[in-house]
Amino acid sequence: MTALLQVNELKKYFPVRGGLLRRVVAQVKAVDGVSFTLGAGRTLGLVGESGCGKSTLGRTILQLQKPTGGQIILEGEDLTAASPERLLEMRRDMQIIFQDPFASLSPRRTVAQTIREPLDVHRIGRPAERGRRVEELLQVVGMRPGVMDRYPHEFSGGQRQRIGIARALALNPKLIVADEPVSALDVSVRAQVLNLIARLQREHGIAFLFISHDLSVVEHVSDHVGVMYLGRLVEMAPAKEIYRDPRHPYTQALLSAVPVPDPKRKSQRMVLSGDVPSPMNPPPGCPFHKRCPKVMDLCSKAMPPVIDVGSADKPHRVACHLYS
Amino acid sequence: MSSEPLLRVTDLVVEFSTEQGVVRAVDRVSFEVRPNETLGIVGESGCGKTVTGLAIMGLIPSPPGRIAAGSITFQGRELAGLPESEMRAIRGRDIAMVFQEPMTALNPVFTVGNQMIDVLRRYRGLTRRQARPAAIELLAKVGIPAPDKRIDEYPHQLSGGMRQRVVIAMALSCDPKLIVADEPTTALDVTTQAQVLEQIVKLQQEFQMAMILVTHDLGVVAETCHRAIVMYCGRIAEKAEIEPLFAHPRHPYTVGLLGSIPRVGEGEKQDLAVIPGIVPDLLHLPPGCRFADRCSRRQARCDEALPELDGGEDSRSRVACYFPY
Repeated sequence: MTALLQVNELKKYFPVRGGLLRRVVAQVKAVDGVSFTLGAGRTLGLVGESGCGKSTLGRTILQLQKPTGGQIILEGEDLTAASPERLLEMRRDMQIIFQDPFASLSPRRTVAQTIREPLDVHRIGRPAERGRRVEELLQVVGMRPGVMDRYPHEFSGGQRQRIGIARALALNPKLIVADEPVSALDVSVRAQVLNLIARLQREHGIAFLFISHDLSVVEHVSDHVGVMYLGRLVEMAPAKEIYRDPRHPYTQALLSAVPVPDPKRKSQRMVLSGDVPSPMNPPPGCPFHKRCPKVMDLCSKAMPPVIDVGSADKPHRVACHLYS
Repeated sequence: MSSEPLLRVTDLVVEFSTEQGVVRAVDRVSFEVRPNETLGIVGESGCGKTVTGLAIMGLIPSPPGRIAAGSITFQGRELAGLPESEMRAIRGRDIAMVFQEPMTALNPVFTVGNQMIDVLRRYRGLTRRQARPAAIELLAKVGIPAPDKRIDEYPHQLSGGMRQRVVIAMALSCDPKLIVADEPTTALDVTTQAQVLEQIVKLQQEFQMAMILVTHDLGVVAETCHRAIVMYCGRIAEKAEIEPLFAHPRHPYTVGLLGSIPRVGEGEKQDLAVIPGIVPDLLHLPPGCRFADRCSRRQARCDEALPELDGGEDSRSRVACYFPY
């Protein structure tokens, strides 16, 4: 597998300012030492609950926020060291789809204007060609070219999300960060958009970083799945493995908490006590130890190392003292 | 379960006037809720599930909304058209509501205790001194740790899950016979949702209440409800007990909804079953079945007249479709 994207020990801290002089009094460690690789044309699903840092991770990878530390290597080139001019060029290869299709499209621009903007910014093709490209993109995402001169408010949520996807596709990117792309959609429309994303990946060979709080959605589209908790990846494995054999107690709890549409499979669930601790003040040792049903003495003292419990062809990384 | 229903909704019609015309958000919906049972109302955005809940509470904003026809009887008493002063005596005391967004359901400038004590004094006639321990006891019941400290905190100091527990505690404070919970766990994370759902089921048994759970999540329905109604475009598509509903869904819409949910642990990446098309505009509804446009079993008859629910009130599974599964 050739790595398209390699992320090494990525950190993103946000300073918390307080007091009269607005001094930095604390750090929110939104992303705290995350490493992974993503192969060309593959999908990595990132799951976790609110505040675990999954969206920050996605935005930091695209350099929408400057990382505090670590490296982001896209096709062998470190984005964190690139000059602004070079970064603009590299942005052609990486795009984002946002969660809220109501907020991510400008209400004053027509569909065509929205979709062709990336082409204008990067000066790709002659204006007439750009128009044809917009038509082509609309067809790819399953919309009629006749909608080009309409405005976002005339469309439903699912259709707007398709427009957002068409915009992300305009530059033929190699990587798309999809940040909760279907969370705002109804079930029946969600399935349509998920199938569209799966098809794009198959037909265009685009790699996706698919961020979601919904485990069932992630499983459906991903080759690999990473589970985040308080800014760290606690487990990462091939999608099939992580659902068949979750190792980290947090992953196990997360999986068992998903309501299943089958009344016969009621309640074999592992209900966690307590809430996610504040990322400003994470507990010492393993960040999960305060809620973990399998907590040991060691867990509150030392951060668990990342261990590979899988095989050579199926790496399964887990950060838990149970396996060290 | 053949006991006398606690709540009976018959041919309920709720309309809203808009600039473009009158929208019928709920169109001749009938169901009943028996004592101690949980009835799920499930459907997608705009299907009328929330409006149905609000109508029961007498909370349809008027104008522009109104209950245009039908009746809602609670313990034999007609609620539709009841003056606000009389409805107030029932709302909160006999029927309580839990809203989706706990931050907006709580007043940010008062402590949790202040808000709960208000409710207890008003509805249970307790003095301020009696109300405080009663409030602490309720907070303990809904699973809030250190309730004697939490009671003096403001809503913003609590997490989403804790806030929703406070809202549930307030709803329980008058021993209601029926709770209408509108998407009570939608704003919560999965692990928190699991905690809150477990608590709701436990409390329902403990307090011997009936509950109407309005949700878009069929998983939540499967785990908590005894019976459920599937709504589409203001109409009931299917009404059934939980087991037949999930084992043998009969309406093509229910079948489609269940097929379009990705399930955990299914392994291989594969395309999801899809319901093609989108929900029709409530202002321009077809004369026939409202799902016909998206349905794979559509025949000429579907476009002629609206299908009504088949079977009798006591059948385990009823469907409004000419060609059900």
